[in-house]
Amino acid sequence: MDLFSVVAEWFPYLVEGILVTVGLVASALIIGACLGLPMAIGQVYGSRPLKYVIGLYVWFFRGLPVLVLLFMFYFTIFPLLNLDLDAFFVGATVLGLRGAAYQSQIFRGAIQSISEGQMTAARSLGMSRAAAIRTIIIPQAVRIALPGWSNEYPNILTDSAICYAIGVAELLTRTSQIVTQTYITMPIYILCALMFIMLNFAGMRVIAYLEKRVAIPGFSGGGQAGIV
Amino acid sequence: MDETAQFIDFCINILFPALADGLMITVLLVLITAPFGIAFGVLLAVGRVYGKSYGNWICRLFVGFVKGCPLMLLLFILYFGLPTVPYVGVTFDAFTASIIGFICCNSAYNSEYVRGAIISVKEGQLIAASALGMTKRQAIMYIVLPQALRRAIPGLSNEFIYLIKYSSLAYMITLVELTGAGKIVFTKYFEPGVFFVVGIVYLALVTVTTVGANALEKKYAVPGTQKR
Repeated sequence: MDLFSVVAEWFPYLVEGILVTVGLVASALIIGACLGLPMAIGQVYGSRPLKYVIGLYVWFFRGLPVLVLLFMFYFTIFPLLNLDLDAFFVGATVLGLRGAAYQSQIFRGAIQSISEGQMTAARSLGMSRAAAIRTIIIPQAVRIALPGWSNEYPNILTDSAICYAIGVAELLTRTSQIVTQTYITMPIYILCALMFIMLNFAGMRVIAYLEKRVAIPGFSGGGQAGIV
Repeated sequence: MDETAQFIDFCINILFPALADGLMITVLLVLITAPFGIAFGVLLAVGRVYGKSYGNWICRLFVGFVKGCPLMLLLFILYFGLPTVPYVGVTFDAFTASIIGFICCNSAYNSEYVRGAIISVKEGQLIAASALGMTKRQAIMYIVLPQALRRAIPGLSNEFIYLIKYSSLAYMITLVELTGAGKIVFTKYFEPGVFFVVGIVYLALVTVTTVGANALEKKYAVPGTQKR
């Protein structure tokens, strides 16, 4: 069969695209978490100007489409800064910065769901505010945030396909390259869709596993019921 | 100083007219998609909660597929893929293809919110309705949905805001909407400010919609059930 030989020939190329997509999503998630958590802490415990600045950042990145952000950073902001970055880095940075805005809200909700009494108790035991945040609040907040956080993964996965617009060689870009080369359209698209759905499913399983790993016994994973 | 004047001149004479045309298309896309998205979303949700075997499976499969594969791929399938399918071979213009793609995406995500809201209506109400002699259909129509839809309003308006943002993806299948208009002006004149102006328009759209959605939420809340 002609179709099968074509698919077999291009399959490795698509699989490389999967790796690029996974790289994009992983770096975006990591950037998002590394920036999002401090931003959440700043928004809850920070001074008023800091809260204002973080609020502005969140408003900006949540209000703009990914496509506009990508164009903005790729064609305007990075060139103005004299940074000649690879499309992959731009894609990962934009998805990461945007993810940080969304993740900060997830973490903020989690931090605010921990009762204030815990902070008061920690202070009365002689802990500094920073120590209380670091050792009392954050370990709980991160675990509470996990179910909400795990929704970030499928969102970023599907958003990562938009990096096609700036030419990152991820799964969708490679798919449309193959389509223009072979003129086989529908089967390749369906294959690509299946790969995305598989990535989605596999990633959710990994996250579910992680959620179970970090759960504290008796401290019900995800359910806020156990926290007074 | 001269540069600023030049930029303002550029905006008034070239950028704004182009963006105005694009904005028209974006607004049309959103306004046509939203009602269908909500209607199909409710149907999908009812199918997923109350549907029997086939209907239930079709609804689940549809939602799973649409949520799992990137919207851009869906648009590619509709615009580039479908015309190549032998015998079926429907050809859509870019506008129709975008609308269909957005309705699929919007309704799939809407159905999640409505489903959650339907489940949150106590089951006893259905039993009570059937005890009063209502058919199941009547009970869903007149008892469950009026309550569920109100509870779904925050989610639905959230999804509406997402719709404004992902309508930018229509540019990837050659439809010149707001982002596309900006990109075309940018590639012609290489004026770095273009994407910031486009961004401001999106931020304005999103912010106005958020304010409107909050008002709507307050207006349609069931008295006595508002969040405090």
